Order: sequence, then C-alpha cells, then structure tokens
Amino acid sequence: MAIKDYIRQRYFPQMWCPGCGHGTILNSLLRAVDELGLDKNSIVMTSGIGCSARISGYVDFHSLHTLHGRALAFATGVKLSKPELQLLVPMGDGDALAIGGNHFIHAARRNIDITAIVMNNRIYGMTGGQYSPLSGPGKKATTAPYTTIDNEFDVVNLSIAAGASFVARSTTYHVLECIDILKKAISHKGFAVVEILSQCPTHYGRKNKEGDAIQMLEVQKKTTAKLGSKALEDDPTLIPRGIFVDIDAPEYCQEYDKIVESAMKSANSSNSSSSNENRISLTTKSCVTQGE
Amino acid sequence: MSNNIRFVQGNEACVEGALYAGVDFFAGYPITPSTEIAEILSKKLPEKGGKFIQMEDEIASMCAIIGASLTGHKVMTATSGPGFSLKQEALGYACMAEIPCVIANVQRGGPSTGNPTHVSQGDIYQARWGTHGDHSIIALTASNHQDVFSVTVDAFNLAETYRTPVILLFDEVVGHMREKLVVPEKGEFPIVDRLRTSVKKGVDYHPYLPREDGRLPMSDFGGEHRYNVTGLFHDMWGFPSNNPRVVRDLLHHLIDKIENNVHAITRYKEHYLEGAEYILISYGSSARSAIHLAKNRRERGEKVGVLELQSIWPFPEGLVREKCANAKAVIVVEMNMGQVMKEVKACVDNPSKVFLANRIDNKLITPTNIKTLLRMIQGRGV
Amino acid sequence: MARLKLKEHIINRDWCKGCGICVHFCPKKVLELDSQEKVVVVRPEDCICCKLCELRCPDLAIEVIHE
Repeated sequence: MAIKDYIRQRYFPQMWCPGCGHGTILNSLLRAVDELGLDKNSIVMTSGIGCSARISGYVDFHSLHTLHGRALAFATGVKLSKPELQLLVPMGDGDALAIGGNHFIHAARRNIDITAIVMNNRIYGMTGGQYSPLSGPGKKATTAPYTTIDNEFDVVNLSIAAGASFVARSTTYHVLECIDILKKAISHKGFAVVEILSQCPTHYGRKNKEGDAIQMLEVQKKTTAKLGSKALEDDPTLIPRGIFVDIDAPEYCQEYDKIVESAMKSANSSNSSSSNENRISLTTKSCVTQGE
Repeated sequence: MSNNIRFVQGNEACVEGALYAGVDFFAGYPITPSTEIAEILSKKLPEKGGKFIQMEDEIASMCAIIGASLTGHKVMTATSGPGFSLKQEALGYACMAEIPCVIANVQRGGPSTGNPTHVSQGDIYQARWGTHGDHSIIALTASNHQDVFSVTVDAFNLAETYRTPVILLFDEVVGHMREKLVVPEKGEFPIVDRLRTSVKKGVDYHPYLPREDGRLPMSDFGGEHRYNVTGLFHDMWGFPSNNPRVVRDLLHHLIDKIENNVHAITRYKEHYLEGAEYILISYGSSARSAIHLAKNRRERGEKVGVLELQSIWPFPEGLVREKCANAKAVIVVEMNMGQVMKEVKACVDNPSKVFLANRIDNKLITPTNIKTLLRMIQGRGV
Repeated sequence: MARLKLKEHIINRDWCKGCGICVHFCPKKVLELDSQEKVVVVRPEDCICCKLCELRCPDLAIEVIHE
C-alpha cells in the first residue's frame, strides 16, 4: 500500500509548523508500518499531550489521544487486555520523561510489548517553548531566560537501566536509518524505545540561534555518528546513533498468560473443595456498629 | 445454596459483586483501606482468565483500566483518599471520552494522608467535583455487605448503560467489617453487557453520535472500525473540535445523559419511614447507626425513620423532597462537615428543618450521637 | 542495482508548507521553492530517484514516481 493509505487524509495538511521534525517522524513511522505489511486494524497508536501527541489523529489506526504523560499507562491497559494488538506510542520529550517519566521507566521495567517513540525536540512546543528534561544545560527557553542549569536525561542510558529490551536512537535527518530502526523496534517482542532527535525551528531553533529547520538538520548530521563508526571513535563527544540494546527477555503479557494458565488449572482442580472460597486470608478488623 | 453463604469483609463483597457483574480487568495500587480489593482480585481474576496488574501509581491504574475498557473489557480499579485524588485527571478523561469503568473509593480520614485506617465520608463532593470542568457522575454507596454486592453489580451495569465512570463510595468501616454475604445465583441479578455497534465493516461508524435513546454503541479497539478517542472536545467521529456548537452539545450530552435519568439511577432504602416525623438521611456505615436508633425509637413509640441513600450522585432531589415533605425535622447523619446535608437543604421545601448529626474524629458515629441531636430538636433535652 | 528512471514527481501544493528541506538536501538540486514558497521541480532530468525528498518531507507533500 502507499503510505497515504495509512493516514486520515481529511485532516491534512497537518498542524505542525513548517519544517517541524515531527512530520518527518510520522513519515518514517508510516513507511516502517507499510514495509512490515501490518494490518491497520491490529495497530493502536496511543499518544499523550503536546505537539507530538497530535500524531495519533493523522494515522488511520485505532487511535487513543490521552493525557499529558500518561500514554504508556493507557497503552499498558490496552496491550495487557488484548495482547494481539500492536501498540505504537509516540511521545514528546517532556511528555515521556518529565510528567510521564515514572510511567516510562515502569513500562520499560515490565518489558511489556510496546513500541515507545520519543520525539525529542528538547522543548515544550505546544505551550510556547519552555525547557524540557532533555534540553540540557546552557539552553535558552521562555522559562530559562538566563539559560538552563538542569542536566538532561540520556534517554538511551535511562531506558537500558530501566529494563527496555530494545533501545535505539536516530534523527529526522537520517531517515533511511530511522525507518530501518523503527521496523526493528516494532517487530521486537518486548518494550522498545526509539529516541528520534527532532527539530523545533519555531521555538528551540529560534531561541537558541540554531537557525531554521534546514540548519537544525545540518546540526543533527554533524553532531551525531553511527555506533561503531570511525567518526565516533575519533570524536566521543558526538551523539551515538543506532541500536544499543536488542535482547530477548521475558515479555510481560506472555508471562501473565502463564499466570492465568496456572491459576485456571489450580482453580479447576480445587473447584470441588468448598473451603477454597475462604482460603484468602485477610486482616480482620472488627467494628461494632450495633449498640451504643 | 449453602455454598453461597459467606462471611466476608465489605471489600470482599465488593469483589464478589464485581466478579458477578463480569469484571475481567483490574489495575490498582495498594492503599489502605481498599487494598483487599486488589489482593483478592489478583488471585481471582486469572482464575477465570481475567487480568490483574499492579501499576506504578493510582494515576497509571486509572489510565490502564480506561485502555482496557476500550478493547471491550469490564474494568475496575479501587483506591482511597490520596489515590482517589490522583485518579481525578483520568477520571475526567473517562467522563469526556465516555469510557465505561468502575472506581471503588473506600473512604478514610482526610485531607491528605489523613487517617488511613479509620473511617470518614469526606469524599462525597470530591466524587462529584474532584475533576475539573463541568460533567455529571454516578456515585453509589452501601451500608452492609449484601448491598455492597448489589450496588457493585449496579455500578458495572450503569457504567455500560450510560458509558460513564461509576464511583463506589464505600468507607473504611464497611470495607473492613465482616458480616454475612449471600452470593446470588447466576441470573438472579440482571447483567448489562457492552452495547456494541451493529454498523458493518466499510460503513461509516460514528463512535460519538448518540442513538435516539441517547446511548452510544461502542466498537472494540482491534475491531473493524478505526476511530479516535480523545480528552479534547470532539465531534461525532471522536476528532478534536472547538466549534462552539460541538463543544456546547457535547457538554450538554455528558450532563443530560445522567441528570435526565436520575430516576432510573436512584437507589435507596426506607427503614421505618412510614409516617415518620423525624427522618434520618444517611448512607454507608453511618446509616447502620441511624437504622439502629430508628428501630430503638420506634420500639418506644417515637416516629423516627431512615431514608438510606444508595446513590448519592446524581443527587436524588425529587426523592428527598418527597420523602421529607411532612417531616418535622430531617437529620442528615454523616461523617463529614455536612456534604450531603447541603444537598438536602438545597432540595427540601424548608431548609431550616434540616440538621446535621456528624462525627469528624474518624470514629464511627453512634446511635447515641444521633440521639443527642434528636433530643435537642425534639426539645426534650439530652 | 540498475539506476531507477523517473516517471514524475507528485507534489501536493495544499500540503506543502515550503520548509525547503527537500530543496536543500536534494543531492542533485532538482527542486526549488517558487514565489509562493511551494516546492517545484526544476531539473527533473537530474533526478536519481533517491527519494530522500519524499522520505524527509514532514508534510507528506512530495512523491517520486519511477518506472
């Protein structure tokens, strides 16, 4: 199918600013889904709040536009209740790692089969350009007129430490690589994190004098290097791109299926015993409600 | 039959009601005094092929059950005070996106951490107005375990009927007290299942276009109809809209679907109410003391009765007005600063005859506490 | 791999926001922005069908069709 078959065309042109990298991420994601030949009915895209979150309205999948930071918590409920569904969860950097940081690390810890995409433009765009937990120190934002002093998360290291079984990073400049990584992340059984460096020319670019979308993409090209490349070896200050972790690990829904299987078995075998009903022992607290 | 008689905590009666109604997904986070609901369901749900998950917090629990409801499951979470506060944002989402779900709030002392192991009924208004924006809500309550069971079944039925979250406002005494529960046979209580759309594949499905009867048939995520669900004001396709007409119509719909059905939603019990001159209005564990006092007074020839509310929101104004019309005095018995009393005052013909018998020290109000006020009102001294 | 032969570029002018990403990063300088800040094909004969314009376009506004 053409990628236009995967979008809700009546909502285009999309609402992002000219040159916003989020559109390119939508583009890459659609191509990954297309190349994998996934059934549209099998995909649920869950998003939070922010510029990034608007992505779910444009795709012709089941789409769940939720609350700021909570996309992964909603997605966990969708996935666990119907594990045959494919969960794609694109999030902004503030969405995923500030307000949603707790949900992010716990989804990773469970290794639930969800593809989390961090659309990292290092700024809160929808509210007009405040600094995010991925801005890093020395940056300008509407809430950092004297520059930021906050350190940023390293999404890759954070995800690895939290237990994600697939962790990768790419950019909106390196589209072929990005599509390839997204295909692998979606196919991966377990919690997959793909951080995609994206450009916000309107807020981050303008505030930090990084120029327009084109100049910001040039920066992505210059300041990143492929894992294992000579460029990275020569200059360790470059941001590494590629797949950092890709391991087989027990997936949450599959593990829970085993719980269900054993619980059903033991329930059936002890069904005849009437004492079974009262087996759960709980703390008793007696309250006298009658009498004065 | 004998197999169905149980000696349980109120929290377990709630679980039995939920299982009877068909719950098959629970997400929660431990918090006193509701934790037993999660504990028991963590054992019983997988036994029948259902799913249980302990999330990272109450926010995530509320979000997870909304997600699971969208795939076609009957879902529930349980919590108390601080956890109920955390759930408010996602509760509002469920109101806005019209997702059926049940939230049990076993009330404890508050505000803040308050008094985790002791009783209060201070969350009445939070259940109604805890989340931002205008909307309506259904909240049920019960004073004994048989009723805990049946209002829990009702909660699931109402959630499906009106596509709305339904709150179960229990309290610590009811939740932790043990007494008899008779679990009804299958079929004794009607069960409302998910109303699914009959729109065929390839035909335009409008997830947010109410039928003539006001109901909105759903389509499960993963099915043939791909649509959008959002917490933004949305059109009949579920897509964001700030068209003033769309906004106004949706808000009216969210409120009307509940407020226009107060009669169908109202649940209550009468105890010694026939010809009562003094009416005690109560709910939850405090109703037990009110009922005890009324019985006691009736035995001595005093015309005291109890109107026990089992649905608090939408507030049964018509019922309260009618039942209290001929009363000399109405005493609202509750363990807060008069949250239901204010509602009663607002709807009776003569608010000056409405009094409050309350306790706010996180101890169960006693019949004596109520009698003291009754005596003062009767002008008979204490 | 044999070199792909261009059939046409399909440009959706309603969706193009004129960000210029496709123009700047085209390895053969096939594209330009016109006076209305919309992308236009000026040197189709130079196109090598690498599709980088199509893949990078945030607006899904350009397609490269080859034979």
